[in-house]
Amino acid sequence: MKEIRLNVNGTEYDIAVRPHATLLEVLREDLGLIGTKEGCGEGECGACTVIIEGKAANSCIVLALEADGKEVTTIEGLADGGKLHPIQEAFVEIGGLQCGFCTPGMILSTKVLLDANPNPTDEEIKKGLEGNFCRCTGYTKIIESVKVAARKVRG
Amino acid sequence: MRVFYRRLPKFQYIAVRSLDEALAFLAEHRGKAKVLAGGTDLVPQLKKREIELPACVVDLKAIPGLDVISHDRQSGLVLGALATINAVGQNRVVEEKFKALSQAALSMASPQVRNRGTIAGNICNAVPSADSAPALLALNASVKIKGPKGERTVPLDQFFTGPRTTVLGADELLYEILVPNQDRASRGVYLKLSPRHSMDLSVVGVAAVGLLEDGICKAVKIALGAVAPTPVRAPMAEALLTGKVITQGLIDEAARNALTQCSPIDDHRASREYRCDMVYAMTRRALAHIFGR
Repeated sequence: MKEIRLNVNGTEYDIAVRPHATLLEVLREDLGLIGTKEGCGEGECGACTVIIEGKAANSCIVLALEADGKEVTTIEGLADGGKLHPIQEAFVEIGGLQCGFCTPGMILSTKVLLDANPNPTDEEIKKGLEGNFCRCTGYTKIIESVKVAARKVRG
Repeated sequence: MRVFYRRLPKFQYIAVRSLDEALAFLAEHRGKAKVLAGGTDLVPQLKKREIELPACVVDLKAIPGLDVISHDRQSGLVLGALATINAVGQNRVVEEKFKALSQAALSMASPQVRNRGTIAGNICNAVPSADSAPALLALNASVKIKGPKGERTVPLDQFFTGPRTTVLGADELLYEILVPNQDRASRGVYLKLSPRHSMDLSVVGVAAVGLLEDGICKAVKIALGAVAPTPVRAPMAEALLTGKVITQGLIDEAARNALTQCSPIDDHRASREYRCDMVYAMTRRALAHIFGR
């Protein structure tokens, strides 16, 4: 076991982890943050997307030790108490989700996209979300949700 | 059936602080240690038990300065081993002066993977379809390697030895990629054919970099991915074009000639015949693009 310090959603955790534990396993099993989902487990589907130091990453292929000292944002870090983040609101209003399994990753990729580009075109949205698979919606409503989210975030 | 475990196998982990520390460690654990940069290839390979399981994983990310992307008139473009695919692909100098490389980088995988995976890792993993390889070959790149016997520089076209194999020894590290300056008027392109626009390997990848002056080809380099055991150059096609007045007929002939470098596999992505046809079509397209036809 090795001691690391993780800053997850603004909270500091000092935690001992196994060298071969992924960040995903530590988030879900040690910290109980089960909003982050495990899909393919090999960095293809994006269900496990988290934001590390402002950049989207697949937490299933990042070792927990690699995140030592880093700032991590998970889906739990978006809502402000009981109030949903505007991106979350947009996905709910537009119906940009069905089973919901890809949604945490989809929303975090949207957050990174909108932080860099507050007014993306359809093409830019598709490029920004290219690492997140959805097997339910056919993506149309997701793209619409991102556009509505962009308007909400811009205010 | 392919084996896939959701959990990683057990290994020790060490974060080294310098290249020398990494090399000492690799020498000590000869063949039993794996180098970790972005981990976007290594971690899935370990989960699939696809490679011999290492006793130890050596993380390079704490080595200061190894993520360098620098450019000057003398040394050209220098990419440290930790320069990520996105950092390279989005770099303004790379986009302006080494277009084929930025196009290749941004054609790969997804933002999540490009944010962590490195260009050096893409080269060291040495799959025949590695997108950065044709671009770097066409840009005449070389790699700097450090090992117990010292440093050496290897031209990239002598680096690959087969699918997933290179000249890199188990006790050596590729620590830098060097891309020489190109003529200011030269143009480059990387074209990737894959059924999906994202998260997909190339069926065929073609990079071409060339310089046209008064309708005459002063220099050209063509490199192909996913159509031979390693990424390859097409030197005979290059020779056909060099010094000649560029016509559509000559471009066709060079594109047909590029096929002589190919020995593609038949697999679920594409048949051998389709890959060959596409090498012709895409080489033609790439040459037409850089020669403005």
